[in-house]
Amino acid sequence: MNALLFILYLSFLSLPFMGIKGALWLLAVAYSAYIFFLLIKKSSKAIKAVKLPHVRLDTKILYALLLVLLLALPFGLKDYYIDVFILAGIYIILALGLNVVIGFSGLLNLGFAAFYAIGAYAFALLAVKAGLGFWGALPLSLLITTISGLILSFPALRLHGDYLAIVTLGFGEIIHLTLNNWDELTNGPNGISGIPMPSLFGFEIQRLSHYYYIVFMFVLIAVFIIRGVYNSRIGRAWLALKDDEMAAEAMGINTTKYKFLALSFGALWAGLAGTLFASKMMFISPESFTFMESVFIVCMVILGGAGSITGVITGSLLLIVLPEVLREFQLYRMLALGTGLVLMMVFRPQGLIGGRK
Amino acid sequence: MILEIRELTKSFGGLKAVEEVSFKVMPGIILSVIGPNGAGKTTLFNCLTGALLPTKGKIFFEDKDITGKRPYEITEAGIARTFQNIRIFGKMSVLENVMIGQHSRSREGFVGAVLRTNGFKKEESEIKAKAYEFLEFTGIEEYAETRAENLPYGYQRRLEIARALATEPKLILLDEPAAGMNPQESIELMTLINKIREWGKTVIVIEHDMKVVMGISDKIVVLDHGVKIAEGTPKEIQSNTDVIEAYLGKGFEF
Ligand SMILES: Nc1ncnc2c1ncn2[C@@H]1O[C@H](COP(=O)(O)OP(=O)(O)OP(=O)(O)O)[C@@H](O)[C@H]1O
Ligand SMILES: [Mg+2]
Repeated sequence: MNALLFILYLSFLSLPFMGIKGALWLLAVAYSAYIFFLLIKKSSKAIKAVKLPHVRLDTKILYALLLVLLLALPFGLKDYYIDVFILAGIYIILALGLNVVIGFSGLLNLGFAAFYAIGAYAFALLAVKAGLGFWGALPLSLLITTISGLILSFPALRLHGDYLAIVTLGFGEIIHLTLNNWDELTNGPNGISGIPMPSLFGFEIQRLSHYYYIVFMFVLIAVFIIRGVYNSRIGRAWLALKDDEMAAEAMGINTTKYKFLALSFGALWAGLAGTLFASKMMFISPESFTFMESVFIVCMVILGGAGSITGVITGSLLLIVLPEVLREFQLYRMLALGTGLVLMMVFRPQGLIGGRK
Repeated sequence: MILEIRELTKSFGGLKAVEEVSFKVMPGIILSVIGPNGAGKTTLFNCLTGALLPTKGKIFFEDKDITGKRPYEITEAGIARTFQNIRIFGKMSVLENVMIGQHSRSREGFVGAVLRTNGFKKEESEIKAKAYEFLEFTGIEEYAETRAENLPYGYQRRLEIARALATEPKLILLDEPAAGMNPQESIELMTLINKIREWGKTVIVIEHDMKVVMGISDKIVVLDHGVKIAEGTPKEIQSNTDVIEAYLGKGFEF
């Protein structure tokens, strides 16, 4: 019932932008989507009731197949689509980083784009102004982003929930404003250009597909490391912290320390994503790191299922690849995103794939 | 002395929830804290475990001053607790809940976790093995894989005890562990508390059920309006007219 009211409300809101015709159209579409979801929900129950023969697929074989498919991907695709997948890879790393903060540790961060920006700018400045190459500037950029994560932790540590969200939101805005106005260092709104692409063992990047493989490698590294940490006492401490801070302390967990760890470990991945983004684009400007960007990353984490690594990857892929595939509907992207998230909150609050079990 | 409390006071604004309370605890005993609702029992526990900062007074654990320490430090020092309103990690499995209890007794960090070193694997399997021991000890090992929030109520209380034991404490504080249990479960719980003591741990328990209290306690401390009004063996408490009048009302018999 709430969903129906919400759709009505949404259409009403869109009235000034889209006119009566547009609003009615939206109403119709959203309403059919709602019915569609209901039907799916019903039929999925029905499908479950029918006992299918149990097919057992070895997950290892499945992963191997997926790996081969992803490695072969650039061969069959136009450059334009390779580009989309590179972007998706960068966002996967970014969303995995935010997932450490939101999904594992339950700290709502609404200014995550700030770390993405710091990573990108640190890399760009080190590479362009200091003349370090890709591999020289990368570790320094990661270090700088991680330290900025630590610095943000100080005011954040005493805060919970909504208050923390507001402080991180403010942090995101401060970074964005700084980038826009500190002309001597960041070149203001004009941005920085001439950022180098990586070379691998003296082998220059000439084709887009080469860059695809580099990003792919970093995605694998990110998944590998984050999964390892998640499945250890550190990951368990984060989950405990998210569930009940007081009980976590009583279990001997130094909650302050683990908040520090989560915020800076998360920032590290934003730094990597920022670096890859800067060197892919070869040009960056503050425009890429706005509040909307932070919201977009939060959506990726929530859509797929906060806390689940597979879920977050799915969420990022959906939000990057779908809008590109459905290019004609660009106009309605934010609207569709909003509607989609609302429908999700109603039907699957745990996300598409869902957190723990 | 394993624990010594000196003139402990905790005020909330004008209300003195705990007032000038002092007592000592010998190692290896079961001590019960009793008193009517709002007497300050839970507040006392919160001060002992660092969840609340005392307004005045000192707490010594094994002759070391632990007043004002953070809860995790107190857990590391060897005091564990359970909560009056259950605070298990509901979305995690029963086993994982108990594994988290082992946090301060394990060391491995980022490097071990990422590279899955031998040291890391060894520690993880030790944590798991120990967690199973605590589940067996409390009699809920068959629920190891169950999501904690789906456990029956009485077992959730047992899980809290298992999780507290997993921090390997010398002193364990149980806040109304029998609340909401039926008589049968209460009796089983008494057996469990006795078992914990026999294992060499010191137990302080807050309990309303007088059968349980008189059955298991070596010593009883009675609070009323934040003040300690009596202290002694179950026999002494049962015949203490102050207690009977102030706490239980005239004409009450144990
Ligand atoms: N955080 C708090 N802020 C303000 N007052 C509090 C707080 N915690 C407890 N109190 C008050 O302190 C008094 C003692 O409460 P406490 O919970 O310690 O009692 P108790 O003996 O555990 O009671 P019960 O048997 O009901 O659990 C009560 O009057 C309570 O309202
Ligand atoms: Mg109480």
